[in-house]
Amino acid sequence: MPERKIRVMVAKPGLDGHDRGARVLARCFRDAGFEVIYTGCHQTAEQIAAAAIQEDVDLVGLSCLSGAHRALFPRVVELLREKDAADITVIGGGIIPEQDFPALYDAGIKAIFTPGASLDSIVEWIKTNIKPRA
Amino acid sequence: METVKKVCQGDIRAASRLIRDIEDKISSAHAKIKKLFAHTGKSYIIGITGAPGAGKSTLTDALIAEVRKKNKTIGVLAVDPTSPFSGGAILGDRIRMQRHAEDEGVFIRSLATRGALGGLSQAVGEAIHVLEAMGKDIILIETVGIGQQEIDIINHAHSVIVVLVPGMGDEVQTMKAGIMEIADVFVINKADRSGAKQLHTELTSMLNCAPAAPDSWRPPIVMVGNVYKPPAFAEKIAELEQKIEEHHAYLQTSGKLVERIYRKAMVEINDALKAAILEPVMNRLRESGEMQAITERVKNREADPHSIAEEIAKRFLK
Repeated sequence: MPERKIRVMVAKPGLDGHDRGARVLARCFRDAGFEVIYTGCHQTAEQIAAAAIQEDVDLVGLSCLSGAHRALFPRVVELLREKDAADITVIGGGIIPEQDFPALYDAGIKAIFTPGASLDSIVEWIKTNIKPRA
Repeated sequence: METVKKVCQGDIRAASRLIRDIEDKISSAHAKIKKLFAHTGKSYIIGITGAPGAGKSTLTDALIAEVRKKNKTIGVLAVDPTSPFSGGAILGDRIRMQRHAEDEGVFIRSLATRGALGGLSQAVGEAIHVLEAMGKDIILIETVGIGQQEIDIINHAHSVIVVLVPGMGDEVQTMKAGIMEIADVFVINKADRSGAKQLHTELTSMLNCAPAAPDSWRPPIVMVGNVYKPPAFAEKIAELEQKIEEHHAYLQTSGKLVERIYRKAMVEINDALKAAILEPVMNRLRESGEMQAITERVKNREADPHSIAEEIAKRFLK
């Protein structure tokens, strides 16, 4: 029987150019058997949402180390909802203080991974929570 | 059917989901493609191929911008390799094209090869149909970075651009069969680097050796320099786009376009036959466990693959 492949997008919104983490994750997702669309740095939320829909990904992973996560992450979720793509899961990572977690969860970010999170734990989260659609 | 109607109206979500279903070989996709087929065949299809890192994605990005200046809509399929070990892939062509992400007239979709060896993905043929049904004027297909022989692009594109860079070998490389034969337009990219003039000379003498039929097309060579020198780069991209248009016009007036469309139809039938005949047989053999048994027998030299295939064919082809 045909098997659905998990497609994920790794994106860096905003003016942050620290992409080492995003690249390591992209590579790790590749090795986990996912198809990974990497869009590079300096993306607007609009670009990310549009690309996620064109690529039909199951998940968008946002990385931000500049402190702008509270503005940028929710905006991506909002745009996906506007475009009838609320089913695309959004998770985030980077330098994110714990006190910001509740606001991000409220805005629809499904998981947050900060420095110290193991690659395995992120892959595991995706495999558990992303159910490829029928 | 809902999806088909939406795709024909240009709905991005419906189109990208259908392409996903084609890639994942979901059986309902066939029925949708059947309905779409009547709406296909109107787009002009351009292929871009060349070695890894030759600049295919950057040229694709520049061509998108050039095509959009003329207010034509464009769909892009960019193929990158699948890992033979994990089955995963990094699809990174899109990085070079993200400035077009919000342009409604541009649809970009990355495809992984998923084991296909010809430089494309098995899904490419039908993904093209989806973009055609969306009404795209131009469809641009970027192959994986290729070597000498991965030339499946000729079965799908009307015009093929082969991107070369200096420093990849002597003039014997230009004489070889395969990739050097399929170009309708050559690009010598990174032409500001040393060796570009020599490559141009070698390529020219290779083209001079080709038998000159009176109505034949001689592939032009476009020298494209540094992308970070915008005015000169833009001029070359305009020239490239012009050469592609000339080739399109040549295909139309010479009747060669019909030949290419005929070849494409043959390939599509071939693929559909495989999907209709070979795949169900393979699936049944796998599900019943027979595949394992016959593989074991061939491995132990108890039977030869031809006899086994003939026996299976007798059973299934009645």
